[in-house]
Amino acid sequence: MKKMKLVMIGNGMAGVRTLEELLKISPDLYDITVFGAEPHPNYNRILLSPVLAGEQTIDEIILNPLSWYEEHGIQLHLGKTVVKVDRTKRIVHAEDGTTAEYDRLLIATGSTPFILPVPGKDLEGVIAYRDIADTNTMIETAKTHQHAVVIGGGLLGLEAANGLMLRGMQVTVVHVAPWLMERQLDDVAGKLLQKSLEERGLKFEIGAHTAALIGDKDDGKAGRVMAIQFKDGRELPADLVVMAAGIRPSTALAESMGLHCNRGIVVNDTLQTITDPRIYSVGECAAHRGIAYGLVAPLFEQGKVCATHLAQFGIGRYTGSQTSTKLKVTGIDLFSAGNFMGGKDCEEIVLSDPMAGVYKKLVIEGDKLVGACLYGDTVDGSWYFKLIRDGRSVNDIRDKLMFGESNIGDVGHEGHSKAAAMADSDEVCGCNGVNKGTICKAIKDKGLFTLEEVRKHTKASASCGSCTGLVEQLLMFTAGGDYSATPKKKALCGCTDASHQEVRDAIKEQHLLTIDGVYKALAWRTPNGCSSCRPAINYYLISTWPKEAQDDPQSRFINERAHANIQKDGTYSVIPRMWGGETTASELRRIADAVDKYKIPTVKVTGGQRIDLLGVKKEDLVNVWKDIGMPSGHAYAKALRTVKTCVGSEWCRMGTQDSTQMGKDLERAMWRMYAPHKVKFAVSGCPRNCAEAGIKDVGIIGVDSGWEMYVAGNGGIKTEVAHFFAKLKTAEEVMEYTGAFMQLYRLEGWYLERTVHYVNRVGLDYVKKRILDDAAGRKALWEQLQFALDGEPDPWFDHADAKVDVRQFKPVNA
Amino acid sequence: MSQWKLICRVDDIPVLGSRRVVRAQGVAVALFRTADDQVHALLDRCPHKAGPLSQGIVFADAVSCPLHNWSIRFDTGAAKEPDVGSTPRFACKVEGGEVFLDEAELGTLGTELPAPTAGPQGCSHA
Repeated sequence: MKKMKLVMIGNGMAGVRTLEELLKISPDLYDITVFGAEPHPNYNRILLSPVLAGEQTIDEIILNPLSWYEEHGIQLHLGKTVVKVDRTKRIVHAEDGTTAEYDRLLIATGSTPFILPVPGKDLEGVIAYRDIADTNTMIETAKTHQHAVVIGGGLLGLEAANGLMLRGMQVTVVHVAPWLMERQLDDVAGKLLQKSLEERGLKFEIGAHTAALIGDKDDGKAGRVMAIQFKDGRELPADLVVMAAGIRPSTALAESMGLHCNRGIVVNDTLQTITDPRIYSVGECAAHRGIAYGLVAPLFEQGKVCATHLAQFGIGRYTGSQTSTKLKVTGIDLFSAGNFMGGKDCEEIVLSDPMAGVYKKLVIEGDKLVGACLYGDTVDGSWYFKLIRDGRSVNDIRDKLMFGESNIGDVGHEGHSKAAAMADSDEVCGCNGVNKGTICKAIKDKGLFTLEEVRKHTKASASCGSCTGLVEQLLMFTAGGDYSATPKKKALCGCTDASHQEVRDAIKEQHLLTIDGVYKALAWRTPNGCSSCRPAINYYLISTWPKEAQDDPQSRFINERAHANIQKDGTYSVIPRMWGGETTASELRRIADAVDKYKIPTVKVTGGQRIDLLGVKKEDLVNVWKDIGMPSGHAYAKALRTVKTCVGSEWCRMGTQDSTQMGKDLERAMWRMYAPHKVKFAVSGCPRNCAEAGIKDVGIIGVDSGWEMYVAGNGGIKTEVAHFFAKLKTAEEVMEYTGAFMQLYRLEGWYLERTVHYVNRVGLDYVKKRILDDAAGRKALWEQLQFALDGEPDPWFDHADAKVDVRQFKPVNA
Repeated sequence: MSQWKLICRVDDIPVLGSRRVVRAQGVAVALFRTADDQVHALLDRCPHKAGPLSQGIVFADAVSCPLHNWSIRFDTGAAKEPDVGSTPRFACKVEGGEVFLDEAELGTLGTELPAPTAGPQGCSHA
């Protein structure tokens, strides 16, 4: 069969990324032809600034060498500008007469610098800052000339100015607005930035209007530029003038083709031009829902979606991105996102420490964070950005918000907050043991651009995520990219575009009862899902429709299938349930006997007041359970694990309440309860709180007049202190409120979301409304939970009822 | 000529599940049954940290390792991108609802690869 013809106009990052995505999923569908106006293969345009600054070379920023085009059979026309496209005959014409026919056309012409319409703009030595040629001109000029003027104090202008200064020129930045980077920074941060750049040697003309550029011949009208003149008549010497006053989408060709353009080539959510269904457009030239993006992550997102449509898979929609800003000037940290200027109906939280050069402003509207502007210390930028994107209520963390995520108990990377200052051997990701050098090498060697890519390739920040800020900084300095792919809605996994919430809603509204039913209803892309979605859906089904939906053990992780914890050598650990942490001589004897009989190598007391038997062979599991004769501790499951207690008023001379009994009652009422993630309770008998109730999903603390209830604490990756929830009088109330809170979490939590993250997402006020203010609702939730748990089997003994496939415990002999 | 050895019935393997086949020497062989009743056989050893693949979650074309969630392909035994590595794949025949493995492969394939270890002496208990 004859292949279809795909022609791409433009050979830049967004376009070539689209081709890469296309070749990955459909390598043989098209004969591909690429026209590039520049004489270079695709390179990392963002890294031109480090090249100018002398920190990298052109060779280092090439993304796709010529051999890549050859390997994939791509016909590459370098240095050929496309001047005309005949949409009727479907032929592309280049300046030099080269033509190419197309079945599909991809326009990725990027953007064009805005050139100030002043006299002298065409003089020699007046350039824009857009490509390798401009960069080379600047590098060469710096060797022979002294005075440089950069017009425009935005991101690009400042990077150009910094680079020229490092190349030995005296640089003045002319900026018409009242402060630098006025579209990314507020006035305070803008002025701090100016001060810091002045200290490095840059000069500024803030608020100055350029009137003309003056040449050295023909009465100033020709030759090489020698000066810049302002409207107030002043002149400054200038041997080089760099125009960095903004960019415009390159739409001239598209307009000549009759494609609808409005601040970019207008495309729909599949990146198809709205004028011609054979023509797609991605990158800085494309206007999606009125926005032409200029950052890498959104453009790559576009490329991915576009590729699936070019591949005729017809899946995926691009629905827009929110973006944030960082400056690539080594040693200067600034970050901004959202509405950082504030305004009517907004409040501001500001921290200003001029001596330390730190300034932070958070803009809050209603109960939500809507903008952030950080200078000098940006390590929490990604966290604020996430809060802005998620749009969740910040009322409950408002008092801590300014001090950042790290203040809420980050661990795992030795308190580092500045990636640039770390040594290559320093560990960035404590969960997966990834050091700075490994991450930087992967970014360079594999051409990674986004946080997701780094996570996939190196596993750094892929587990607890607390080092995300550091990894983003590394991406920033190594790839120069903005780093976070930021779709407005996060898909559950790669098998679908649906979010966790959409899956939960569909299961409830459409009364779905099987995993295949969910896949069908939501048009899953994979036949059997993946290790992310299958366990999640299985949980959503059984929690939404107890006694109706069937548990599917093959969709559970091994621990919940074998009802024991797998260890690194393939053996298992067994933790029997000890109600409230109490045990007896008889239980201990049986445990000791089993340890001897099955030669169990390690016996350990757990943090949850139980006993862990480590290194049990899978073949022995059933017999060990039987011999010990104690219920399953569910220490392997996303379920209620321990209820930790102190001895309480029965023995303790300080005790005010019988915490042990309360704990045992809670545990007996709620064991066998599966949940979105593991759940731990604790009950203390007095405010000395020996059971550490302050870091549990539900913590109960006895006081003389009753019980205090705390929720959503966590002792894990990030230590999260539980919120005070309610003061209760009786043990019955403790039971009801705890059960209702658990059922709410079970019904609304997303899979693998701990209570702390669930409560953060929906807000503590919402949970209070559902549990404290709505007595009937609370009772109903508690009843629902009791209904769901009634008759639930113990998987260690009721194998058939618990759907434990006992064949797994007997290997086949070859 | 392959010498086929009867191992078990297809129905002895759970759908989208697996069984471990213990052999005279070497790490066990894992049998996987897909949704459409195809049976695949790999060495029960992830190329990453030697985790038992038989304990993973089974998909149409791969199994995810229970230890660190690498995906290992049934058709080649190779890890899916971006992970790199490969585990031996065993020839496997299904006939009349019965599963056969190659006698010679059972005796020799992957027998040199060590089992994973854990615990205080670092000795294997599996």
